[in-house]
Amino acid sequence: MRTLVVAEHDNSNLAEATSRMVAAAIRLGSEVDVLVAGNGCANAAGEVSAFHGVDRVLVAEDPSLEHRLAEPLADLVFWLAVGYGAILAPATSFGKNVLPRVAALLDVMQISDVIEIVDASTFRRPIYAGNAIETVRSDESKKLLTVRPTAFPPAKSGGAARIEQVEIPDLASPTTFVRLDAASSDRPELGSARIVVSGGRALGSREEFERLILPLADKLGAAVGASRAAVDSGFVSNDCQVGQTGKIVAPELYFACGISGAIQHLAGMKDSRVIVAINKDEDAPIFAVADFGLVGDLFELLPELTQKL
Amino acid sequence: MKLLVAVKRVVDYNVKVRVKPDGSGIDLQNVKMSMNPFDEIALEEAIRMKERGQATEVVVVSVGPKQAQETLRAALAMGADRAILVPTEERTEPLGVAKVLKVIAEREGADLILLGKQAIDDDSNQTGQMLAALMLCGQACFASAINVGDGKLEVTREIDGGLETLELPLPAVVTVDLRLNEPRYASLPNIMKAKSKPLSEISPDDIGVDLHPRLAVVRVSEPPARTGGRMVSSVDELLAALRDEAGVLKGA
Repeated sequence: MRTLVVAEHDNSNLAEATSRMVAAAIRLGSEVDVLVAGNGCANAAGEVSAFHGVDRVLVAEDPSLEHRLAEPLADLVFWLAVGYGAILAPATSFGKNVLPRVAALLDVMQISDVIEIVDASTFRRPIYAGNAIETVRSDESKKLLTVRPTAFPPAKSGGAARIEQVEIPDLASPTTFVRLDAASSDRPELGSARIVVSGGRALGSREEFERLILPLADKLGAAVGASRAAVDSGFVSNDCQVGQTGKIVAPELYFACGISGAIQHLAGMKDSRVIVAINKDEDAPIFAVADFGLVGDLFELLPELTQKL
Repeated sequence: MKLLVAVKRVVDYNVKVRVKPDGSGIDLQNVKMSMNPFDEIALEEAIRMKERGQATEVVVVSVGPKQAQETLRAALAMGADRAILVPTEERTEPLGVAKVLKVIAEREGADLILLGKQAIDDDSNQTGQMLAALMLCGQACFASAINVGDGKLEVTREIDGGLETLELPLPAVVTVDLRLNEPRYASLPNIMKAKSKPLSEISPDDIGVDLHPRLAVVRVSEPPARTGGRMVSSVDELLAALRDEAGVLKGA
C-alpha cells in the first residue's frame, strides 16, 4: 500500500508545509505519491517533483478545485484513496479543513496533528494544547493523518518524480468561493519563519507595538507574532496570534517581548529551538522556558537591541 | 431556521492538567469541568441568531458522560431552548460523535449545525468536518463572521494568511473560531429558568451508532520538559550569547 500526501499550494506556489509532509510520509516506509489538486497548478506540481523520495506527482486540475474548497477536494481524495494505506495532509488551516471530511467519507478515524511517527500504525500527538503527549495506535485499514509541519524537516531536493494527470470524477460543491482577503505583508510567514519576534500586552498600545516590535523584526528578517492579550487589546491583527488557539510555531529563534508566558501562549511556541524573553517582571513564567532572559524596560531594551543588531 | 449546537464537557481551560503517573491518561479527579470554549462561542452565535429573528429554535446536544447534563444546563441558561444528552461512558472520538450528530440533526430537521472548531481536551478539530461529510452538505470551518441570507449563509473563515469568504446553501455545518463573538454570562434568573427547560436523553443504541473508540491510546506522557536557561544582564550580553553560544545570529 502506498502513501498519499495532499499538497497545500495556491496553484502557483507550493506551501512550505508540503515539503515537510513528504519528509513525514517517507518515514511510513511506503512509496510516496503527492496529489496536487487545483486549477493551473503546473508550477506547484513541478516543485513537488523535485523533492527527493516522491514516486509520482498526481495532478488534478479542475475549475472546482481552484480555491481548494473542502467539498470537491475531499470527494477527489476519496475517489483516489483506493490503493493507499495512508493519506497525509498538513495540520494547517488547509489540511484541517479537508482531511477530516475525507476520513468520514472513508469511515476512518483520523489522527490529528501528528508530531512523531513511531511506526506505520503508531503516532504521537499533543493534546491539551501540548500539555500532554498522546501515543495512539490505529488499526484502521487506512491511516489518515494531519501532520504538524514544524515537527518534520523539509524534504531533500534532487528528486525527479513522474508527473501524471489523474482522471477526475464529477466534482460538485454546494459551497462557493466568494473572496479571499489576504493578509498582505512583506515579512516571512509566521508558521514557517526562521525567527519570530512576538510582543505582548506590556507594549501598551498599537503604536508602541509598531514602534518597538516591527523594526526589530525587520532587522532580523523575522515574522511578527503576538500573545492573545496583545491581539485582544487590538495591538496587532488576529492572524499574528501565537498560542493554543492561534498559531503553533517552532522557529530557530523566538523573541518573547513583554509576554508573561500564560500556558496558552507557551503551548504555541515552546518547541522553538532558542527562546529569548525580555520582560520587566523577573518572576514572569516566560523565564522558566527561556534559554536567555533579560529583565528590564522594553521601551529601552528593544530599541537598543534593534540598533545593535 | 432551526439551529443545532453541539457542546462538549471538557477540563476548564484555566486548569493546568496533570498526566497520571501510570501514563493511562489525564488526571480528572476533582478537576473543574466546563463547556468547551469554542462550543460556547457557537452557542452564543446561535442565540444571537434567534434574538435577531433569524432562527426559530436553538437545540443543544452533547455526547458524553451523565455529568454533561451540567454542561447542557449551562447552555440552557445561556439561552438554548432545549437540550439532548446522548450518554456514553466511552472515550468519545470525533467520528462517532459526528455519526450521532448526523442522526440528531436529521431527526430535528436542523438547517444549521454550529460547533466549536475543536475541543480543548483532545484538540482533534474534526467533528464538524466529519458531520458535514456524513450529511453530504457544505462546511465552513473556523468562522469569524456569519451572515444569514435567504436559505443560505455567507461565512468568513480564518485561514493561514488571511480571511476567506464562502457562500453555503442550507443545511450547512459551521465550526467557529475564537473571534466570532464573546459569549455572554448566564444571568441568575436565566440559570433558574434553565432548570425547567426540557433536557431529554437518547441512548446511542436507539440511534444505532457504535461509540466504541477506533483508536487505541497506548500512553499519555508529559511533554519533554524545557528547562529554563540563564539570565543575561544586558543587550550586549544577550547578543553575544545568541551569536557565540546558541549560534542563531550571524556575525555583526
